[in-house]
Amino acid sequence: MNTPTISVSAHEIAARLAAAVTADEAKLAELRAGLVARAGRDGLIDVSYRTLDSPFGLLLLAASKDGLIRIAFEMERHEDVLARLAADVSPRVLAAPAPLDDAARQLDEYFAGHRRRFDLRVDLRLARGFRRAVLDHLRDIDYGTTQSYAAVAAAAGKPTAVRAAGSACSHNPVPIVVPCHRVVRSDGTIGNYLGGTAAKQTLLAMEAAA
Amino acid sequence: MSVPGQPFEELISEHGPVVMRVCRAMLGPADADDAWSETFIAALHAYPDLRPASNVRGWLVTIAHNKAIDILRRAARAPRPTADVAQRPNTESTERLDAPVDDDLRTALDRLPPKQRGAVVYRYLADMAYADVAALLDSSEAAARRSAADGIAALRTVLHRPDPKGQRP
Repeated sequence: MNTPTISVSAHEIAARLAAAVTADEAKLAELRAGLVARAGRDGLIDVSYRTLDSPFGLLLLAASKDGLIRIAFEMERHEDVLARLAADVSPRVLAAPAPLDDAARQLDEYFAGHRRRFDLRVDLRLARGFRRAVLDHLRDIDYGTTQSYAAVAAAAGKPTAVRAAGSACSHNPVPIVVPCHRVVRSDGTIGNYLGGTAAKQTLLAMEAAA
Repeated sequence: MSVPGQPFEELISEHGPVVMRVCRAMLGPADADDAWSETFIAALHAYPDLRPASNVRGWLVTIAHNKAIDILRRAARAPRPTADVAQRPNTESTERLDAPVDDDLRTALDRLPPKQRGAVVYRYLADMAYADVAALLDSSEAAARRSAADGIAALRTVLHRPDPKGQRP
Protein backbone atom coordinates (compact mmCIF):
# COMPACT_ATOMS: atom_id res chain seq x y z
CA MET A 1 0.00 0.00 0.00
CA ASN A 2 1.21 3.51 -0.80
CA THR A 3 2.22 5.80 1.98
CA PRO A 4 -0.48 8.43 2.30
CA THR A 5 0.92 11.88 1.49
CA ILE A 6 -0.50 15.27 2.24
CA SER A 7 -0.41 16.98 -1.12
CA VAL A 8 1.00 20.48 -1.12
CA SER A 9 -0.76 22.74 -3.59
CA ALA A 10 1.12 24.61 -6.30
CA HIS A 11 0.02 27.84 -4.68
CA GLU A 12 1.43 26.87 -1.33
CA ILE A 13 4.74 25.97 -2.95
CA ALA A 14 4.64 29.31 -4.77
CA ALA A 15 3.93 31.15 -1.54
CA ARG A 16 6.83 29.45 0.22
CA LEU A 17 9.16 30.18 -2.68
CA ALA A 18 8.01 33.79 -2.72
CA ALA A 19 8.72 34.09 0.99
CA ALA A 20 12.23 32.74 0.41
CA VAL A 21 13.04 35.31 -2.29
CA THR A 22 11.17 38.37 -1.06
CA ALA A 23 13.33 41.34 -0.14
CA ASP A 24 12.52 43.40 2.93
CA GLU A 25 11.62 47.09 2.77
CA ALA A 26 15.05 48.24 3.90
CA LYS A 27 16.75 46.31 1.11
CA LEU A 28 14.41 47.69 -1.51
CA ALA A 29 14.87 51.22 -0.16
CA GLU A 30 18.64 50.81 -0.37
CA LEU A 31 18.45 49.57 -3.97
CA ARG A 32 16.03 52.36 -4.88
CA ALA A 33 18.37 55.00 -3.45
CA GLY A 34 21.26 53.57 -5.47
CA LEU A 35 19.10 53.57 -8.57
CA VAL A 36 18.09 57.22 -8.14
CA ALA A 37 21.71 58.28 -7.59
CA ARG A 38 22.81 56.47 -10.71
CA ALA A 39 19.88 57.74 -12.79
CA GLY A 40 20.82 61.27 -11.73
CA ARG A 41 24.46 60.77 -12.74
CA ASP A 42 23.37 59.32 -16.09
CA GLY A 43 21.00 62.24 -16.77
CA LEU A 44 17.98 59.93 -16.83
CA ILE A 45 15.76 61.96 -14.51
CA ASP A 46 13.61 64.42 -16.43
CA VAL A 47 11.50 65.47 -13.45
CA SER A 48 12.74 65.16 -9.88
CA TYR A 49 10.54 65.91 -6.92
CA ARG A 50 10.37 66.11 -3.15
CA THR A 51 7.97 67.45 -0.57
CA LEU A 52 8.48 70.26 1.91
CA ASP A 53 6.67 71.06 5.14
CA SER A 54 5.27 74.56 5.03
CA PRO A 55 2.84 76.74 6.99
CA PHE A 56 0.28 75.63 4.38
CA GLY A 57 0.82 71.92 4.71
CA LEU A 58 2.98 69.68 2.60
CA LEU A 59 4.18 71.34 -0.61
CA LEU A 60 5.28 69.32 -3.62
CA LEU A 61 8.38 70.73 -5.32
CA ALA A 62 9.29 69.47 -8.79
CA ALA A 63 12.17 70.42 -11.07
CA SER A 64 13.05 69.72 -14.68
CA LYS A 65 16.63 69.89 -15.88
CA ASP A 66 15.95 73.59 -16.56
CA GLY A 67 14.78 74.54 -13.10
CA LEU A 68 11.85 74.60 -10.72
CA ILE A 69 8.84 73.61 -12.81
CA ARG A 70 6.07 73.07 -10.26
CA ILE A 71 5.09 73.86 -6.70
CA ALA A 72 1.82 72.27 -5.63
CA PHE A 73 -0.34 72.66 -2.54
CA GLU A 74 -1.81 69.62 -0.86
CA MET A 75 -5.32 70.45 -2.07
CA GLU A 76 -4.11 70.04 -5.66
CA ARG A 77 -3.42 66.35 -4.84
CA HIS A 78 0.27 65.66 -5.36
CA GLU A 79 -0.41 62.34 -7.06
CA ASP A 80 -2.46 64.06 -9.75
CA VAL A 81 0.15 66.77 -10.16
CA LEU A 82 2.89 64.17 -10.71
CA ALA A 83 0.72 62.33 -13.23
CA ARG A 84 0.23 65.61 -15.13
CA LEU A 85 3.97 66.29 -15.09
CA ALA A 86 4.57 62.78 -16.45
CA ALA A 87 2.13 63.50 -19.27
CA ASP A 88 3.22 67.09 -20.00
CA VAL A 89 6.99 66.89 -19.49
CA SER A 90 8.25 63.30 -19.34
CA PRO A 91 7.30 60.08 -17.55
CA ARG A 92 10.87 59.85 -16.22
CA VAL A 93 9.67 61.26 -12.90
CA LEU A 94 11.57 60.24 -9.77
CA ALA A 95 11.48 61.18 -6.10
CA ALA A 96 14.96 62.69 -5.97
CA PRO A 97 15.37 65.40 -3.34
CA ALA A 98 18.92 66.57 -4.09
CA PRO A 99 18.12 68.76 -7.13
CA LEU A 100 15.50 70.54 -5.01
CA ASP A 101 17.48 71.06 -1.83
CA ASP A 102 18.31 74.65 -2.74
CA ALA A 103 14.68 75.50 -3.52
CA ALA A 104 13.56 73.87 -0.27
CA ARG A 105 16.12 75.85 1.74
CA GLN A 106 15.12 79.17 0.14
CA LEU A 107 11.44 78.47 0.73
CA ASP A 108 12.16 77.63 4.36
CA GLU A 109 13.98 80.95 4.72
CA TYR A 110 11.09 82.77 3.02
CA PHE A 111 8.50 81.21 5.35
CA ALA A 112 10.66 82.18 8.32
CA GLY A 113 10.64 85.81 7.08
CA HIS A 114 14.37 85.77 6.32
CA ARG A 115 14.19 85.90 2.54
CA ARG A 116 12.56 88.47 0.27
CA ARG A 117 13.74 87.27 -3.16
CA PHE A 118 14.20 83.80 -4.59
CA ASP A 119 17.41 83.11 -6.40
CA LEU A 120 16.30 80.03 -8.31
CA ARG A 121 16.14 78.87 -11.90
CA VAL A 122 12.48 78.55 -12.85
CA ASP A 123 11.13 76.54 -15.80
CA LEU A 124 7.85 78.10 -16.96
CA ARG A 125 7.31 75.83 -19.96
CA LEU A 126 3.95 74.73 -18.57
CA ALA A 127 2.56 78.24 -19.22
CA ARG A 128 2.29 79.51 -22.78
CA GLY A 129 1.44 82.72 -24.61
CA PHE A 130 -0.22 85.43 -22.56
CA ARG A 131 -0.15 83.30 -19.41
CA ARG A 132 3.57 83.06 -19.73
CA ALA A 133 3.83 86.86 -20.24
CA VAL A 134 1.81 87.36 -17.04
CA LEU A 135 4.04 85.04 -15.04
CA ASP A 136 7.18 86.71 -16.35
CA HIS A 137 5.79 90.03 -15.15
CA LEU A 138 4.80 88.66 -11.72
CA ARG A 139 8.41 88.05 -10.91
CA ASP A 140 8.92 91.85 -10.97
CA ILE A 141 6.34 92.54 -8.24
CA ASP A 142 8.34 93.23 -5.12
CA TYR A 143 8.03 91.51 -1.79
CA GLY A 144 5.45 93.19 0.44
CA THR A 145 3.68 94.98 -2.42
CA THR A 146 0.56 94.12 -4.43
CA GLN A 147 -0.78 94.86 -7.88
CA SER A 148 -4.28 94.65 -9.34
CA TYR A 149 -5.24 92.11 -11.99
CA ALA A 150 -5.85 95.07 -14.33
CA ALA A 151 -2.35 96.42 -13.77
CA VAL A 152 -0.88 92.98 -14.36
CA ALA A 153 -2.87 92.57 -17.59
CA ALA A 154 -1.57 95.91 -18.80
CA ALA A 155 2.01 95.14 -17.83
CA ALA A 156 1.79 91.83 -19.70
CA GLY A 157 0.73 93.69 -22.83
CA LYS A 158 -3.06 93.27 -22.91
CA PRO A 159 -4.75 95.95 -20.79
CA THR A 160 -8.24 94.59 -21.52
CA ALA A 161 -7.39 90.95 -20.71
CA VAL A 162 -8.06 91.31 -16.98
CA ARG A 163 -9.92 88.04 -16.70
CA ALA A 164 -7.18 86.21 -18.63
CA ALA A 165 -4.61 87.70 -16.27
CA GLY A 166 -6.58 86.25 -13.37
CA SER A 167 -6.68 82.90 -15.10
CA ALA A 168 -2.91 83.00 -15.65
CA CYS A 169 -2.45 83.60 -11.91
CA SER A 170 -4.78 80.77 -10.96
CA HIS A 171 -2.85 78.41 -13.24
CA ASN A 172 0.57 79.53 -12.03
CA PRO A 173 2.67 76.34 -11.96
CA VAL A 174 5.18 77.80 -9.51
CA PRO A 175 3.20 79.70 -6.86
CA ILE A 176 5.02 81.48 -4.02
CA VAL A 177 8.29 81.66 -6.02
CA VAL A 178 6.40 83.32 -8.87
CA PRO A 179 4.35 85.55 -6.57
CA CYS A 180 0.81 85.39 -7.92
CA HIS A 181 -0.33 85.94 -4.32
CA ARG A 182 0.71 89.58 -4.75
CA VAL A 183 -2.04 90.15 -7.30
CA VAL A 184 -5.35 91.35 -5.80
CA ARG A 185 -8.64 92.73 -7.05
CA SER A 186 -8.98 96.43 -7.90
CA ASP A 187 -11.69 96.77 -5.26
CA GLY A 188 -9.17 95.76 -2.62
CA THR A 189 -10.58 92.29 -1.96
CA ILE A 190 -8.08 89.53 -2.03
CA GLY A 191 -9.14 87.31 -4.95
CA ASN A 192 -8.79 83.58 -5.34
CA TYR A 193 -5.70 81.50 -4.79
CA LEU A 194 -4.59 77.98 -5.73
CA GLY A 195 -3.65 77.23 -2.17
CA GLY A 196 -6.87 78.73 -0.79
CA THR A 197 -7.73 82.31 0.13
CA ALA A 198 -6.47 81.80 3.67
CA ALA A 199 -3.00 80.91 2.39
CA LYS A 200 -2.96 84.03 0.23
CA GLN A 201 -3.97 86.17 3.20
CA THR A 202 -1.27 84.59 5.35
CA LEU A 203 1.42 85.20 2.74
CA LEU A 204 0.40 88.85 2.25
CA ALA A 205 0.20 89.46 5.99
CA MET A 206 3.61 87.85 6.51
CA GLU A 207 5.20 89.98 3.80
CA ALA A 208 3.55 93.15 5.11
CA ALA A 209 4.88 92.47 8.61
CA ALA A 210 8.45 91.62 7.61
CA MET B 1 -2.23 48.88 -11.81
CA SER B 2 0.36 51.03 -13.41
CA VAL B 3 0.08 51.97 -17.04
CA PRO B 4 2.69 53.37 -19.44
CA GLY B 5 3.12 57.11 -19.05
CA GLN B 6 2.73 57.09 -15.27
CA PRO B 7 5.52 58.63 -13.20
CA PHE B 8 8.39 56.14 -13.20
CA GLU B 9 8.54 56.40 -9.42
CA GLU B 10 5.24 54.53 -9.25
CA LEU B 11 6.69 51.68 -11.29
CA ILE B 12 9.46 51.24 -8.76
CA SER B 13 7.10 51.14 -5.79
CA GLU B 14 4.55 48.95 -7.52
CA HIS B 15 6.82 46.49 -9.32
CA GLY B 16 10.15 46.76 -7.49
CA PRO B 17 9.28 43.89 -5.14
CA VAL B 18 8.21 41.45 -7.87
CA VAL B 19 11.27 42.27 -9.99
CA MET B 20 13.39 41.57 -6.90
CA ARG B 21 11.70 38.19 -6.35
CA VAL B 22 12.38 37.24 -9.95
CA CYS B 23 16.03 38.35 -9.72
CA ARG B 24 16.54 36.46 -6.47
CA ALA B 25 14.86 33.36 -7.80
CA MET B 26 17.17 33.35 -10.83
CA LEU B 27 20.43 34.53 -9.23
CA GLY B 28 22.43 34.66 -6.01
CA PRO B 29 21.87 37.68 -3.73
CA ALA B 30 24.66 39.99 -4.93
CA ASP B 31 23.89 39.28 -8.58
CA ALA B 32 20.19 39.75 -7.85
CA ASP B 33 20.87 43.27 -6.56
CA ASP B 34 22.82 44.08 -9.72
CA ALA B 35 20.13 42.61 -11.94
CA TRP B 36 17.45 44.63 -10.14
CA SER B 37 19.36 47.90 -10.64
CA GLU B 38 20.25 47.10 -14.25
CA THR B 39 16.62 46.28 -14.94
CA PHE B 40 15.31 49.60 -13.68
CA ILE B 41 18.06 51.64 -15.32
CA ALA B 42 17.32 49.96 -18.67
CA ALA B 43 13.60 50.48 -18.08
CA LEU B 44 14.12 54.17 -17.28
CA HIS B 45 16.03 54.58 -20.57
CA ALA B 46 13.28 52.97 -22.61
CA TYR B 47 10.22 54.09 -20.63
CA PRO B 48 9.21 57.17 -22.70
CA ASP B 49 8.97 54.91 -25.78
CA LEU B 50 6.93 52.17 -24.13
CA ARG B 51 3.73 51.60 -26.12
CA PRO B 52 0.61 52.83 -24.30
CA ALA B 53 -1.09 49.42 -24.28
CA SER B 54 1.87 47.58 -22.75
CA ASN B 55 1.68 45.43 -19.65
CA VAL B 56 4.19 47.23 -17.46
CA ARG B 57 4.91 44.36 -15.07
CA GLY B 58 5.43 41.91 -17.94
CA TRP B 59 7.73 44.40 -19.62
CA LEU B 60 9.83 44.84 -16.45
CA VAL B 61 10.00 41.08 -15.81
CA THR B 62 11.13 40.56 -19.40
CA ILE B 63 13.94 43.06 -18.91
CA ALA B 64 14.86 41.36 -15.61
CA HIS B 65 14.86 37.97 -17.35
CA ASN B 66 17.29 39.27 -19.98
CA LYS B 67 19.53 40.86 -17.35
CA ALA B 68 19.60 37.62 -15.37
CA ILE B 69 20.54 35.68 -18.52
CA ASP B 70 23.34 38.19 -19.22
CA ILE B 71 24.67 37.77 -15.70
CA LEU B 72 24.46 33.98 -15.84
CA ARG B 73 26.30 33.96 -19.18
CA ARG B 74 29.02 36.24 -17.86
CA ALA B 75 29.39 33.99 -14.81
CA ALA B 76 29.52 30.90 -17.02
CA ARG B 77 32.33 32.42 -19.08
CA ALA B 78 34.30 33.53 -16.05
CA PRO B 79 36.71 30.78 -14.92
CA ARG B 80 35.53 30.70 -11.35
CA PRO B 81 35.62 27.61 -9.19
CA THR B 82 32.04 28.27 -8.09
CA ALA B 83 30.73 26.92 -11.36
CA ASP B 84 27.25 26.66 -9.99
CA VAL B 85 26.13 30.02 -11.33
CA ALA B 86 22.82 29.84 -9.60
CA GLN B 87 24.36 30.00 -6.17
CA ARG B 88 22.32 29.38 -3.13
CA PRO B 89 21.54 32.44 -1.12
CA ASN B 90 24.57 33.22 0.93
CA THR B 91 23.73 32.98 4.59
CA GLU B 92 26.48 35.48 5.35
CA SER B 93 24.56 38.08 3.40
CA THR B 94 23.65 41.15 5.42
CA GLU B 95 20.05 40.23 5.02
CA ARG B 96 18.31 37.29 6.57
CA LEU B 97 16.54 35.13 4.04
CA ASP B 98 13.56 33.21 5.13
CA ALA B 99 12.87 30.13 7.20
CA PRO B 100 15.46 27.34 7.16
CA VAL B 101 13.01 24.72 5.91
CA ASP B 102 12.66 26.65 2.66
CA ASP B 103 16.39 26.54 1.98
CA ASP B 104 15.64 23.06 0.61
CA LEU B 105 12.95 24.45 -1.61
CA ARG B 106 15.27 27.17 -2.78
CA THR B 107 18.04 24.67 -3.57
CA ALA B 108 15.55 22.50 -5.41
CA LEU B 109 14.50 25.51 -7.49
CA ASP B 110 18.14 26.21 -8.38
CA ARG B 111 18.52 22.62 -9.54
CA LEU B 112 15.53 22.57 -11.86
CA PRO B 113 16.25 22.51 -15.59
CA PRO B 114 16.31 26.13 -16.86
CA LYS B 115 12.91 26.03 -18.59
CA GLN B 116 11.17 24.51 -15.58
CA ARG B 117 12.80 27.01 -13.29
CA GLY B 118 11.88 29.88 -15.57
CA ALA B 119 8.31 28.65 -15.93
CA VAL B 120 7.87 28.33 -12.15
CA VAL B 121 9.42 31.75 -11.49
CA TYR B 122 7.54 33.69 -14.17
CA ARG B 123 4.22 31.94 -13.69
CA TYR B 124 4.15 31.64 -9.92
CA LEU B 125 6.43 34.40 -8.61
CA ALA B 126 5.79 37.04 -11.28
CA ASP B 127 2.18 35.98 -11.88
CA MET B 128 2.54 36.19 -15.66
CA ALA B 129 0.14 34.63 -18.15
CA TYR B 130 1.39 31.40 -19.77
CA ALA B 131 1.46 33.15 -23.16
CA ASP B 132 3.99 35.65 -21.78
CA VAL B 133 5.93 32.96 -19.94
CA ALA B 134 6.15 31.02 -23.23
CA ALA B 135 7.48 34.08 -25.04
CA LEU B 136 10.16 34.60 -22.39
CA LEU B 137 11.24 30.97 -22.49
CA ASP B 138 11.03 30.77 -26.27
CA SER B 139 8.67 27.82 -26.15
CA SER B 140 5.02 27.16 -26.89
CA GLU B 141 2.32 27.98 -24.39
CA ALA B 142 1.59 24.26 -23.91
CA ALA B 143 5.27 23.59 -23.28
CA ALA B 144 5.41 26.45 -20.77
CA ARG B 145 2.45 24.94 -18.91
CA ARG B 146 4.14 21.55 -18.87
CA SER B 147 7.40 23.05 -17.65
CA ALA B 148 5.64 24.86 -14.83
CA ALA B 149 3.73 21.72 -13.84
CA ASP B 150 6.87 19.57 -13.98
CA GLY B 151 8.79 22.15 -12.00
CA ILE B 152 6.14 22.35 -9.29
CA ALA B 153 5.97 18.55 -9.16
CA ALA B 154 9.74 18.39 -8.66
CA LEU B 155 9.57 20.99 -5.89
CA ARG B 156 6.73 19.07 -4.26
CA THR B 157 8.93 15.99 -3.88
CA VAL B 158 11.32 18.07 -1.77
CA LEU B 159 8.51 18.98 0.57
CA HIS B 160 7.37 15.36 0.73
CA ARG B 161 10.78 13.86 1.29
CA PRO B 162 10.49 11.57 4.28
CA ASP B 163 12.03 12.81 7.46
CA PRO B 164 15.32 10.89 7.87
CA LYS B 165 14.69 10.52 11.60
CA GLY B 166 11.40 8.74 11.20
CA GLN B 167 7.96 8.86 9.72
CA ARG B 168 6.03 11.98 9.13
CA PRO B 169 2.63 12.29 10.71
